[in-house]
Amino acid sequence: MHSDPEAIRKSIRSYGIVGGLLLVFTAITVAVNRIHLAVPLAITVALIIAGMKGTMVASIFMHLSHEKKWIYGALLLTVVFFIVLLFLPLAAVSDTIGTPIQH
Amino acid sequence: MEIPYTVEPRPDTGLANGKLGIWLFLASEVMLFGALFSTYILLRVGAIEWPHGELSVKLGAINTVILICSSVTMVVAWAKLKLNDFAKGRLYVLVTVVLAAVFLVNKYFEYAEHLAKGEGPWHSTFFAIYFTLTGLHGLHIVGGIVVMLYLAGPGAGMWKSNPEQYANRVEYTGLYWHFVDLVWIFLFPVLYLL
Amino acid sequence: MEKTVTGTAHEHGHAHDHAHEELGFWRKYVFSVDHKVIGIQYAITGLLFLLFGFCLMMLMRFQLAYPLHPIPIIGSWFGDAKAPMGIMLPEFYNQLGAMHGTIMVFLGVVPLAVGGFGNFVMPLQIGAPDMAFPKINMMSYWVYFLGGVTMLASFFVPNGAAQSGWTSYPPLSVIAQGGGQTMWLIGMVFLITSSLLGSINFIVTIVQLRAKGLSYMRLPFFVWAQLVTSFLLLLAFPPLEAAGVLQLMDRLAGTSFFLPSGLVVSQKPLTVAGGGNPILWQHLFWFLAHPEVYVLILPAMGIVSEIIANNTRKPLWGYRALVYAIVFLGFMSFIVWAHHMFMTGMGTNISAFFQVTTMIISIPSVVILTALLLSLWGASIRFTTPMLFALAFLPMFGIGGLTGLPLGLAPSDIHLHDTYYVIGHFHYVVAPGTIFALFAGVYYWFPKATGRKMNELMGKIHFWGSFICINCVFMPMFIQGLGGMNRRMYDGGMQYAHNAGLLKWNLMIGFAAWGLGLFQIPFIINFFASIKWGALVDRNPWEATTLEWSAPSPPGHGNFLTEPIVYRGAYEYSVPGAAKDFTPQFEPERA
Repeated sequence: MHSDPEAIRKSIRSYGIVGGLLLVFTAITVAVNRIHLAVPLAITVALIIAGMKGTMVASIFMHLSHEKKWIYGALLLTVVFFIVLLFLPLAAVSDTIGTPIQH
Repeated sequence: MEIPYTVEPRPDTGLANGKLGIWLFLASEVMLFGALFSTYILLRVGAIEWPHGELSVKLGAINTVILICSSVTMVVAWAKLKLNDFAKGRLYVLVTVVLAAVFLVNKYFEYAEHLAKGEGPWHSTFFAIYFTLTGLHGLHIVGGIVVMLYLAGPGAGMWKSNPEQYANRVEYTGLYWHFVDLVWIFLFPVLYLL
Repeated sequence: MEKTVTGTAHEHGHAHDHAHEELGFWRKYVFSVDHKVIGIQYAITGLLFLLFGFCLMMLMRFQLAYPLHPIPIIGSWFGDAKAPMGIMLPEFYNQLGAMHGTIMVFLGVVPLAVGGFGNFVMPLQIGAPDMAFPKINMMSYWVYFLGGVTMLASFFVPNGAAQSGWTSYPPLSVIAQGGGQTMWLIGMVFLITSSLLGSINFIVTIVQLRAKGLSYMRLPFFVWAQLVTSFLLLLAFPPLEAAGVLQLMDRLAGTSFFLPSGLVVSQKPLTVAGGGNPILWQHLFWFLAHPEVYVLILPAMGIVSEIIANNTRKPLWGYRALVYAIVFLGFMSFIVWAHHMFMTGMGTNISAFFQVTTMIISIPSVVILTALLLSLWGASIRFTTPMLFALAFLPMFGIGGLTGLPLGLAPSDIHLHDTYYVIGHFHYVVAPGTIFALFAGVYYWFPKATGRKMNELMGKIHFWGSFICINCVFMPMFIQGLGGMNRRMYDGGMQYAHNAGLLKWNLMIGFAAWGLGLFQIPFIINFFASIKWGALVDRNPWEATTLEWSAPSPPGHGNFLTEPIVYRGAYEYSVPGAAKDFTPQFEPERA
């Protein structure tokens, strides 16, 4: 935890820079959307850009880059279960027995 | 009777109670929004066709910019408090509140436009998940505004009695706020662009 | 700013010249922020809900033993909408079924096991003055209370309470008429919120407020159990909260999250957008509900461990194995949920995945059970009432766990799914399993909370009567289930020819259930009478080693008179060369 004024002033500068970067990436996301990529590619690109933005918010604004072990541990566990929640139900419906129901 | 480590961190964990507490809360929020993203995936994969271009990218992008700026102002507010500048700190918190309010106003116009066309949550699974995801996110914004107004208003007395704990509370509120921003950073491309 | 770090308490009952004034009745006993008061509030409310849920079941068992007969004596209480002329309507049976499950799990067992025992015992066992966030603790109780009131009130709305099973599967739950299901969903939102607040509090308290010298591997196993349980609640409940919101929107806002296209109800096509997926609900529900069953069992294992160590006068066998097993169990519990969904048309690959994880999860359970059994070897057993319940837990949990195996294996589950075999399996784990452990905990910690012991003779009557009756209730269900008798049939399955030879068991089960109810009376009387007239005890009547027994009985505000310091592990019983057969954690080393 920084209680040194000079370090805090430096952080304020970095917050501003990161904020600017986030705005740039937002513009990129919207611009890339204008190019009509194939859906899987579009999803990948959009998620990569969003992932980079999210990492910046988490590590700089939320100070995650110098947080403590318990926080990292709890978050790692959460990320694992988040991925499970997102992809296992998908796996369950993708791997169906027989033919799909036709209307 | 004092609860230990409310303000000063416990030596072996390096954490104050509230810091661990707010991160655990955010972990549960990850799972909450995760369930809704899982819903989005299952509904989209199971749909014969999925709408495209139904939502206003302009409004969505503007709101993204607004939230990013509000994240900057929130973390600067905390930094100002660590520099012992209460006036600036409180000002930045209030700026964050104003930006959040503008976000909500935009959302109101967006919703009103869709509802006027009969495109409510009942219209299709796309609009159902759109309204639910953005609605729940919007409720989180409202919650953030309430807490920030409390800290800038009636709760500000703690700056005099316990400035360190007050700064911690602003920090924890900031962590919550950045999370709300983070969710939107994913919501915007997923709903508006893809 | 300098702040004092220690939390020392004041002798209970003494006048003190402090800055704070004596709290009024409401702040002291109703809206208290003291973890002990909140723990007792949770415990008593939880016990009352257990009793209520039990009464619902006794009504159901009458219908199953004597289908379509008027309910004796109280049959007229239910009105024409539920039981005209005292004869239970199918709709009422379904309400009883759905609410029995919901109330027992969410309003009874978890609030007692986690809210009650966790809140009261855990801070004392770690040497803390209170929980990390006392006001949030109070809030979590009152939000639970609100959820409970909502659930109870749902019986009185038109069309009655929720009646689509505690699992609330759509489309049935979405199209169910009346306000009952909607109130169930709202009640669940309250309960989940309460649980989230509590779990954050528990984790922060255990991590941050342990006394000096209390490293993780010196923690009582009960605390480890509460820690893992809190992580399960923290991360598994939110998806159900999301699902609850989605189902509310389907019921109230006309959405089709769970309604497929082309659904026809009562010969009329449903006028909704369609495109939804009923299986989505099942995934989100069971993502919570599977870890939830571990929430039901883990605190019980913790309680039983404490009582076994204390009444065998030996350290627990395999403490390290127990800790690793329970952490691994907690992790695995998140990736087994679709074994509840083997019959939903999932493909063979994903079914195989969940089957494998389900088989793997049985390993840590067996490790824990084996360690507890081995703890009895060579022991000097004291057959106190808590120990009787704790001992019974072991084979009962064993039966429950073993009968889970044919359910976790997909091929045998095809025959057993949705039969009485499932009901037998899970009740063995929760009823003679967890609830027996909770009874054990009440008898064990009653002296700490009140300064008096409960009566041993009444305790033994409670134990033996309950043990015999409860086995007579649930053992026949395996026979019924293997014979193919389906669950959730309001007439007990009379309509089906294959049930003909199995129906007779319903009579025995009914009488055993009512007998079980009668044997709870000594417990209820004992509980309340002992508060006033129980034998007075000092701080450590059981001669136990863990920290809570160093505080006064009952502890005052702030718990400990001097700062607690821990010098050794939690189970130093019969240490060679020691003067007594127990060396408490809090006793300093001899010079």
